[in-house]
Parts: sequence; structure tokens; C-alpha cells
Amino acid sequence: MIRPIGRISLDVIGGLGDFSLFCGKSFLSLPRSRKLWQRFVRAVHEQGAVCLPVVMVVGVFTGLVLGLQGYHVLSRFGSEGLLGTMVSLSLVREMAPVLASLMLVGQAGSALAAELGIQRNTEQIAALETMGIDSIGYLVAPRLLASLLVYPAQAALFVVVGLWGGSVSGSMLLGVDSGVYWSAVDRAIEFHDLIECFSKASIFGLLATSICSYQGFHAGLNHATSGARAVSAATTRAVVLSSIMVLMSDYIISSFFV
Amino acid sequence: MHTEPSDILTISGLKKNFGGREVLTGIELAVPRGMIFTVLGPSGAGKSVLLKCLAGIITPDAGVIMFDGSALGENDFSRRDFRKRSAVLFQGNALFDSLTALENVSLPLEQTTQLDKDEIRARSLDSLRQLEMEDFRHHHPGELSGGMQKRLALARAIVTQPELVLFDEPTAGLDPLRRNAVFAMIAKYQRLARFTALIVTHDVPEAIVASDRVALLENGQIRFEGTPADFTSSSHPVVSMFRDSEAALRSTILSIRSPEPLPS
Amino acid sequence: MKKHPLEFLAGIFVLLGLAAVIHLSIRAGSGSITDGDTCIIEARFANAGGLHSGSSVLVSGVTVGRVVGLRMDPDDYCAIVSLRVPTTLRLPTDSMASIKSSGLIGDKHVTLSPGADETYLEPGARILLTESAVDLESLIGKMAFGSVSEDSEPSDSPQEIETP
Repeated sequence: MIRPIGRISLDVIGGLGDFSLFCGKSFLSLPRSRKLWQRFVRAVHEQGAVCLPVVMVVGVFTGLVLGLQGYHVLSRFGSEGLLGTMVSLSLVREMAPVLASLMLVGQAGSALAAELGIQRNTEQIAALETMGIDSIGYLVAPRLLASLLVYPAQAALFVVVGLWGGSVSGSMLLGVDSGVYWSAVDRAIEFHDLIECFSKASIFGLLATSICSYQGFHAGLNHATSGARAVSAATTRAVVLSSIMVLMSDYIISSFFV
Repeated sequence: MHTEPSDILTISGLKKNFGGREVLTGIELAVPRGMIFTVLGPSGAGKSVLLKCLAGIITPDAGVIMFDGSALGENDFSRRDFRKRSAVLFQGNALFDSLTALENVSLPLEQTTQLDKDEIRARSLDSLRQLEMEDFRHHHPGELSGGMQKRLALARAIVTQPELVLFDEPTAGLDPLRRNAVFAMIAKYQRLARFTALIVTHDVPEAIVASDRVALLENGQIRFEGTPADFTSSSHPVVSMFRDSEAALRSTILSIRSPEPLPS
Repeated sequence: MKKHPLEFLAGIFVLLGLAAVIHLSIRAGSGSITDGDTCIIEARFANAGGLHSGSSVLVSGVTVGRVVGLRMDPDDYCAIVSLRVPTTLRLPTDSMASIKSSGLIGDKHVTLSPGADETYLEPGARILLTESAVDLESLIGKMAFGSVSEDSEPSDSPQEIETP
């Protein structure tokens, strides 16, 4: 009865230790990494340009819905003038970093886990090691570095299109004066809100990218399965764990900022 | 176990267990420098595990691997030295599909040497040229045929001018003509680039023709070691069983097809 | 060669992201008071309920500053509110500070009503003429029970005056 609990907690602690070691290794490898720029650019492209359309679409619709729902709630109190405040603060503080990160996890994170998983299973990672190349530094470090930059950028773009979406549903369709809407937006957004937004996005980016890399990198190593099943299991674990971690850390970070 | 200076690689007492199953039970082997040395064995005999232990992908449970006179650890100086001076050709080639052929070949030079750009490019092109892959330098591995991928993988392996190249089942999944071509390629570039080739395979006839020395691995142990001629003439029961498997198959098939009831 | 479109797209993305960040920063900046020299003046309220750090400070309906701090004076249990306003804003010493709310459920803000005195408030000075927050709930409660009287609310500050 007690023994399984002990074993599971040891497993969890061991896994966490392994994971931290993995993250540490990838950051420590940065100064020694050669031709990092090329792989960094590729990672920015993977997480940035490739995922941009999805993030934009989700951003517009989030703004539209916030405008619609916000209008109906606020009009009960005759406070439609605060629509801009509501939309902008919801977007900047919560929606943009969380939803943009979740979309990036779904698109870039799963792709990353699957790619690394296949590289593990086709012995490409072993090949790097036998060539004397630090595989974590080569494959993971540029992605982690890119996520520090790309996630906040995606969140910022999400906010911009979300505000626009809110103005479409709130002022163009439901009739809040657009001047009232935008001045409420301007009054509501403050620098510390933006800092909250970008620091959240960066942390989510690091978390998601490191979790997805870790899962892909170890696909079929720590578990009994191998081949396609190991890759699919690793990808699933990567997406589920990163999504959970994004939401959990969101609560923790929010509680520091509020 | 005698160790001679002419041996580039000596293995003694190498053991490896996987989940309680003994895969390698004390390997004793010496690979002389400048030869094509083939380890034969049936599937599941532990050939790939042996090769991965040598390549440092799997850590053995016990035993010593000596490379050029120094014992290899997990990630010590001698292991790093080994990595610099050796190369591995993986069963699935392990080419990077996001990189072009030229980028694949230049990768080890770029990441592990201090050579300048032009030198790396020149050496990589030279290596591709040797394997007649120069025209495909801007192709991605996915656009190449299986044989070409194998050639590209060999080009990447020899670009660092290794002293030892480990081949993991280089002919797995290839038809007989391609198998011959791969062994011919290995033999040709082994002479040209003057490396020691250690091949693990289960293709007996091709290996016997192409190798300078063969060993037979069975049930985690080396059962036979000698020249190809010794191998063909050996009366060792395991060797003859493996070598004459075709004849055994013929008799089995004949007995299945014969009208008489099967002997029990 | 084949690398260029990738670098180009990555570059475009970075520029877009940067533009978005700058755009948002400008929006954040435009809502707050323009940078330049600011100073702190204090105001003493009997009740500063609903006010928080970051609330707007308005003069004639125009946002001129922010509330930067709230504390309680242990001597008389009054609330001391710190307001950050531009130094160019010269307030007569008899100016009044009142806590108003925008809309029924809107945010509370501080409205400064400049007086007519010849002397002006120095940075760090304290406004004593104040009008505290209207306690809506008790007002509604009194209305509901029919006991609203002229002198009950809204303020009980030491030097109470009527709003102009």
C-alpha cells in the first residue's frame, strides 16, 4: 500500500530532476554552440511565421466574443463605455498569453515533440552523439531561445488583433462608439499589464518548449514502447503536460502580479 | 586476452543485460587495424547491441573496450577521442532530413572542428565526390533513393577522416544486388580512405567475399573468429549451422512438399 | 538559395511582433499621464473606499495623473492618498479633491477641483478639502427604507464644503 506511493513519488522526483538536468544542459550548451544562428532562425520560423495564421484567427475570434459577451453583460448596468477596458484587460492579462501559448503548444510544440521523437527513433540523435555533437545543445537550445522571443511576440500580435476584433463586435456591430471603445482601451492598458503579458508568454514558451523537447527527445527511451507508438505517446504527453503546465503556471504567475 | 599494437579495438568480457535478459555474455574480440572485420550472427544474437556498446550509445554492464590502447569510458577523454577518430553508419542511415546532402556531410566538421567555412565546404564536396554524390548536394535525403542515402551516409562518415568506421547492418532490407553494391562500396572506400571497418550483418555470402576477417556472434558470445576461408571450411557446429542455413531450408522445404507424411 | 525564404519569413514575423509590442506600448503610454516632471501631492479622505493604486486623477474630466499610494494615518484613522500629477499642474491651496465613480459600477477616481486662492500647493503638500467616496450601498439602503436625509452623506471630512 505504502510502497507504490513511495515508488511513484520517487519516479516523479526522479523525472523532475532529469527534466531540470535536461533544461540546464540545453542552456549551458548555448555559449559553446556553433552555427546557432541558422538553427535559431529556423526555430523562430517554426514557432513564429508558421503558427502566426492560427494565432491571428484565434485572436480575432477571442476579441469578437469578448466584445459580444462583454457588451451584453455591461449593458445590463449601463456601462457599455467600459467595454474597451474589459476587452483590453482580459486580453492583455490572460487571454493573449494563455491562448496564444496553447495554440503554439498545439502547433509548434506537438511538431517539435514529434520531430525529436522521430529523430530519436531513426537514430539521428544517436548519430549526433557518435559524431561528438552535443545533441541537446544542437536540437533543443535554439528552440528554447526562440520561444523566449516568439511567445511574447505572438501574445502581442494576439492582443492587437483581439482588440480589433472586440471593436468590430462591440462598436461596429453593437453600437458602442468607437472613440469610447478605444479611449477605454488606452486608459485601461498600462505598462505593468504589458509586462505581465510578455513575461507570462515567455515563461509559458520556455515551459512548453522544454516539456515538448524533453518528451520528444526521450521518446521510447524511458518507456517500453518504441517506433511510431512511442512517438505518438510522446507527442500526446508533450501536448497534455505543456497545456496543463501553462494553465497551472498562469495561476501562479497571476497571483504574483495581482 | 592478448593485445597487440596492431589491434585498433580490443573488447574483453563485455556484458549487457536488458531487463534480466542477457544479451551479451562476455564478448572477447580483437579487431586488427586496416581491415574489414565482419561480425556475423543471426537476428537477435546481440550484434547491434555490441555495436552500440562500441559506439557509446549503450553503456555496457561489464567489460573493457580498448581503442588504440586506451580504455573507453562513458564520456571521458578517451571516449571523446574515440568519437573524433571514429564514425558510425547507422542501419537507417540517420541522415537529417531538414538538411541538404551537403549540409548533412558538413555537419560533423561544422560542429566539432575549428576549420573555416571554405575548408569545410571543400572537404565536404570532396567527400561527396568520392561517393559520386556531388550532383545531389542540394537534394534533401528524402529525395534520394535508398542506395544513394547509404552512399550519403558513408560520405558523412568518412568526411572526418576516421580511423574506424562501425557499420550497423548496412544491408538490412536491401535486395541482393544492392547488398552487393553496398559491400563493394565499403570495400572500395575502405581501401581509399584507409579506415578500419567493423561491420555487423547477417548476410553471410556477401560478408565472406568482402571481409578480411569474420567472427560469428551467437547467443551473446563470439563462437568463431578467423579468415573467410576458415569460416567456409570450419566444422564448428554453430558456424556450419549458420553458414549452411540455405541447405537446411532446402531440405525443410523439400520435406514439407514431399507427399509422404512429415517425420515427427 | 533554399535558406532565404525561411530567414525572410522569420524576419517578417519578428518585425510584426516588434510592431505589435511597440503599438501596445504606445497605447499603454497614451492612457497614462505624459512623461515629464511629476510630483506627488497628498489628499486626506475620511473614506477612500474603492480607490486603488493606479486609479485616475481628473481635473475637469481630463485625466492628469494617477493614484500611486494609499495608507492610513494612525493618528486619526483617515486615509492618506498619494497622487502623482505633473509639476506643470499648479493647484491653488484651496483646491478640493473628491472621490467619484464613473457610472454605477465604474471605477473610482479622484477629481481635483481647483480653488481660487493666490497661493499654490507645493509638491508633497496635502489637500485637506476633500469629499469622500459616496457609500452607494448604504445610500441605496437608506433610500429603500425611506430615511435619506439631507445631512447624512456624503462626506464627514474635517472641513466639509459644498461642491461647486
